[in-house]
Amino acid sequence: MSGNRSQRPFWRRPLLVAAALAALWLGLPPLLGLRGVYLATDVLLFVLLAGVLFLGAWMRRQRHLREPWRRVFHQKRAAVSAVVLVVFAVIGLADSIHFRKPLPPAPGAAETAWSVEVLSVLDVLLAHLREREEQTYSAPLATRLYVRQPVERGGRQVREYPRLRHGGAHLADPERQWAGDVARLALAGAGGGLALAALAALGLVLLLARARGESLARTAAGVWRGEGPVPWRTVLATVAVVCAVAGVLAGLSLHYHVLGTDKVGTDVLYLSLKSVRTGLVIGTLTTLIMLPFAILLGIMAGYFRGWVDDVIQYLYTTLNSIPGVLLIAAAVLSIQVYIENHPQLFETATDRADLRLLALCVILGITSWTGLCRLLRGETLKVRELDYIQAAVAFGVRPFVILGRHVLPNVMHIVLIVVVLDFSGLVLAEAVLSYVGVGVDPATISWGNMINGARLELAREPPVWWSLVAAFCFMFALVLSANLFADAVRDAFDPRLREQPA
Amino acid sequence: MNGKTLLEVRNLSTWFGPQDRPLRVVDGVSFHIGRGECLALLGESGCGKSMTALSLLRLVPEPAGRVVDGDVLLEGEDLLALPEMAMRRVRGRRLSMIFQEPMTSLNPVLTVGYQVGEVLARHHGLGRRARRRRAVELLAAVGIPDPARRVDDYPHRLSGGMKQRVMIALALAGEPDLLIADEPTTALDVTIQAQIMELLGRIRRDRHMAMLLITHDLGVVADHADRVAVMYAGEIVEQAPRDAFFSEPLHPYARKLFAAVPGFRRRGRRLQTIPGGVPRLDQAFTGCRFADRCDEAWDHCRAHVPREVSPAPGRTVRCHRFDPEVAAPPAAEAAPPAAAAAGAAPAAGGPVLAARGLAVHFPVRKGLLRRVAARVRAVDGVDLELYPGRTLALVGESGCGKTTVGKALLALVRPTAGSVVFQGRELTALRGEALRRLRAHMQMVFQDPFSSMNPRMEVGAIVEEGMRALGLGDAQRRAARVRALLEQVGLPAEAARRYPHEFSGGQRQRIAIARALAVEPALLVCDEPTSALDVSVQAQILNLLQDLQQKLGLSYLFITHNLSVVEHLAHEVAVMYLGRLVEQGPVEQVMRAPRHPYTRALLSAVPVPDPQRRREIIRLQGELPSPLSPPAGCHFHPRCPEAMDVCRRDYPQWSEVEPGWRVACHLQTSDVRSQTSDSSDSGI
Ligand SMILES: Nc1ncnc2c1ncn2[C@@H]1O[C@H](COP(=O)(O)OP(=O)(O)OP(=O)(O)O)[C@@H](O)[C@H]1O
Ligand code: SF4
Ligand code: SF4
Ligand SMILES: [Mg+2]
Repeated sequence: MSGNRSQRPFWRRPLLVAAALAALWLGLPPLLGLRGVYLATDVLLFVLLAGVLFLGAWMRRQRHLREPWRRVFHQKRAAVSAVVLVVFAVIGLADSIHFRKPLPPAPGAAETAWSVEVLSVLDVLLAHLREREEQTYSAPLATRLYVRQPVERGGRQVREYPRLRHGGAHLADPERQWAGDVARLALAGAGGGLALAALAALGLVLLLARARGESLARTAAGVWRGEGPVPWRTVLATVAVVCAVAGVLAGLSLHYHVLGTDKVGTDVLYLSLKSVRTGLVIGTLTTLIMLPFAILLGIMAGYFRGWVDDVIQYLYTTLNSIPGVLLIAAAVLSIQVYIENHPQLFETATDRADLRLLALCVILGITSWTGLCRLLRGETLKVRELDYIQAAVAFGVRPFVILGRHVLPNVMHIVLIVVVLDFSGLVLAEAVLSYVGVGVDPATISWGNMINGARLELAREPPVWWSLVAAFCFMFALVLSANLFADAVRDAFDPRLREQPA
Repeated sequence: MNGKTLLEVRNLSTWFGPQDRPLRVVDGVSFHIGRGECLALLGESGCGKSMTALSLLRLVPEPAGRVVDGDVLLEGEDLLALPEMAMRRVRGRRLSMIFQEPMTSLNPVLTVGYQVGEVLARHHGLGRRARRRRAVELLAAVGIPDPARRVDDYPHRLSGGMKQRVMIALALAGEPDLLIADEPTTALDVTIQAQIMELLGRIRRDRHMAMLLITHDLGVVADHADRVAVMYAGEIVEQAPRDAFFSEPLHPYARKLFAAVPGFRRRGRRLQTIPGGVPRLDQAFTGCRFADRCDEAWDHCRAHVPREVSPAPGRTVRCHRFDPEVAAPPAAEAAPPAAAAAGAAPAAGGPVLAARGLAVHFPVRKGLLRRVAARVRAVDGVDLELYPGRTLALVGESGCGKTTVGKALLALVRPTAGSVVFQGRELTALRGEALRRLRAHMQMVFQDPFSSMNPRMEVGAIVEEGMRALGLGDAQRRAARVRALLEQVGLPAEAARRYPHEFSGGQRQRIAIARALAVEPALLVCDEPTSALDVSVQAQILNLLQDLQQKLGLSYLFITHNLSVVEHLAHEVAVMYLGRLVEQGPVEQVMRAPRHPYTRALLSAVPVPDPQRRREIIRLQGELPSPLSPPAGCHFHPRCPEAMDVCRRDYPQWSEVEPGWRVACHLQTSDVRSQTSDSSDSGI
């Protein structure tokens, strides 16, 4: 706001970082002999990330926002959930850098042909999960299929549970060696994870000690005893738990399908991890899309009142009275028709699925801005009566400057609270919509699609439960930590708690 | 103590906050109240008056606060030692309390009668019928008209004054021996304040009830108290019988308080101010807590805590100057308040601003289609002129439309009718850019120093905003001007880098004044700029405004209900009633010999900090009617003690008493006066 030179580097640095990362994102694939694929949602996600970074840098300079944020991170539950959320974010972002590999040069072709398969960094990291497909269902950590298959044995056709192609394939006698092998892998994985966590703890203590100018031992002791306003000990404990779980999963996944496989034999752990991105995209991009409408219309309605208010209120009351699901279904189905009628627009199936994902975000955004808009209108009605707005009018400050300078900063806490609270609702909405069949493209990997696919299998005897449980657990972890975090944010920003005598 | 003592408090201490650094909000307070006696507890905001009262009732908000020491003896029984069950029977029955905020102390979802009945049931075990009858009696006793109907009303249908009456009825329901009244009238208008205080006085005499009256208003103390205790920073610094206190206050702080009260006596001169602020209460004091602000302090004061000494029977004071064991150096003669301001320049030339027939009606919309169902006539035909270098005071009860006049003059609300001519240009015809340009010349200072500044902006940016909006100067010039302005209003230049919440109410009002001055206005509308402030701080702001007027030749429209402020600095006064002016003229004439019955009533209701100056309060019936449907004829006739037939028929025309002094009342039109001269004399 007040352009003040000494503090410029605060926002200049994020700009440099963002530029460097963008260059890397564009330049690296050709260097590696790959062809970068920039999906619309990828770009938007990274723009959002950049926006969050900028906003963070800006908020650090605004005392009225910095203080509450600091209070947010002084709460244990917020620290724990933030760690979990960061893990999810890293998975999602790694899954948002896409490229295509070259096909082996066909004889006589001058140009390289590119594979139609669009891969992400996450796909590369999880290559062993992605490529080791089984024939069909197999239970978690199983060594044999879940269904009987006709097998040729000694010239005779018998139906039995055949060995998996990959899961536990290294065992000569699975019935005897299995338990020992699983325990060995899990322990090794946990050990590796904890070692990583210890490394992280060491790094943190080093950084803290440098920042505080204390001796290493003292900082370490302080962290260990849980001193200081930021609950570092809790953060480290969470990191340790997360690393240990990840280690166990990683260790076991070397030789097994930890969460089993689905109908076409794809590893369920892989599916669950790939779904993270879809959830994040829906939860964040939707908000990004609706935010400008909600903010602008909400504070305009509250500030100008009169016919502006009438029009805006009419708009959202009308939108609100149409059942949201109908609107979404109609829009999604027409997008689908559009996509099918214009196949030439899309190079790959991934492009197509991505457009539908984006469309879903837009539709959800359009149906979900009204709540925030209404809240902001109400708050603005209150704020506009305050004397400082009158004083600004008396100075002849222009209306939109008043909106930006006086109204918006004073309703910002509501925006923050609502955005964080909405996130988990949107993640859940995706699951519900996909289940109903008006969600993301069936080819997109998402928790909703996993659940949708699993529902029929539950009726089998014996039931196939692991897809559902896996999707549920991942979604639960994300939504729970988002909700805990939202609670912490609300507590810290709630004006009733904030406006204590200074 | 003698047999007549009802309540004795010894060494009461109440602390707030953390154990290691507690706020000593009440710090060793001792006093006593006799049966039927009224003790006034006087002090500035935040000095611990309310907390003292809450501690007596053991109602300190826990766990933040706690009574750490002391005895509260009610006829010898220690209340602090009672179990909570027994204490509950004491509250309401023996001690009861009226709170500072009448608006929030009643439960909005229960009828008035139910709430009074609840107390009756608890303390007297009355049955349903008896309860209702008694509730009606009580409401009648506190002067609520038509109590049989009001008993079934919900609180939101009552005005502020009525709510306060209901609160009193609630407090009286248990027939207590001691009533604690915490600023019972601060939120009310003077006329209502006079009614309520009179009511309390009458009840006290009738029932021989003792009262602890908490207030910051010396006038209220002079009218109602038997004895006075002055509180400062958690401690009682002086106790005295009322007359002795008013004829000769002893403690330097008490003397300063008197000198800070504005009024005719100090007209044109600067008021005494108390420099600095109340010390932090989270320390154990090693000297006198007033030392930093005391003109008479010497080394001894900072090194030793003064003990309570008794310079005369019935008086105590906590100051080394009165301690016979301390040898005090002669007091440095306090610098007399700065030279009298040269009598304000007479109005030279034409008015800066002239309003004719100004009216603002707010539509009240109802129903689905939001048709205009009625109009609130907030301002209904007001004529005003403001001259350079002069101050016009606009006075009247709350809700009479004062603030709306100010806003309409500045085009912050659009007038429904009438004209406003500012420096020769018709404001009501201007729109958009032309109006924006003109705004620089007229500014406003708002009532509430806490809501008049954007909490998200630095003080520098707040002061600069007007200059930026009008495109005055470049960034550097503006920054320099902000610094100069802050110094002009007596704040350090580095205040520019801080946020509003870091300043006290008085300091914020200075910032607001600096902000208004930044665009070099010719006219300043001050809307109750000191009503949220303590007297000592009010004095600082009034001095500042006077200095600025002299230096810059500003013209002020001073909106207020505080008549002593009017006497102190206005040149002209306009009295407003229900959207219209009823009397207007030079301040000295109008204040000394008001002509309009409403002005007379208003003036008579103002408490004067001088118990010798007995005055007859003209009691007004009821309250300000709703501006939705003003009474026919003279708007004032339902409350006017001198209303005549013609008053119910016709609205009175202006009549001129002297050049520049006019009154809108039928009493003034000569023909009517000759007919009714008898009644007009007997009324006053
Ligand atoms: N809940 C609380 N927590 C901490 N401090 C408090 C609390 N309530 C009051 N205080 C402090 O106690 C001191 C005395 O407060 P108190 O309400 O008694 O003042 P007062 O004399 O009644 O002022 P006023 O005239 O404004 O009503 C003040 O400094 C106030 O900030
Ligand atoms: S003790 Fe000293 S500082 Fe305190 S009031 Fe008396 S003279 Fe002033
Ligand atoms: S006109 Fe009549 S009612 Fe109005 S103030 Fe004068 S005497 Fe009273
Ligand atoms: Mg109080």
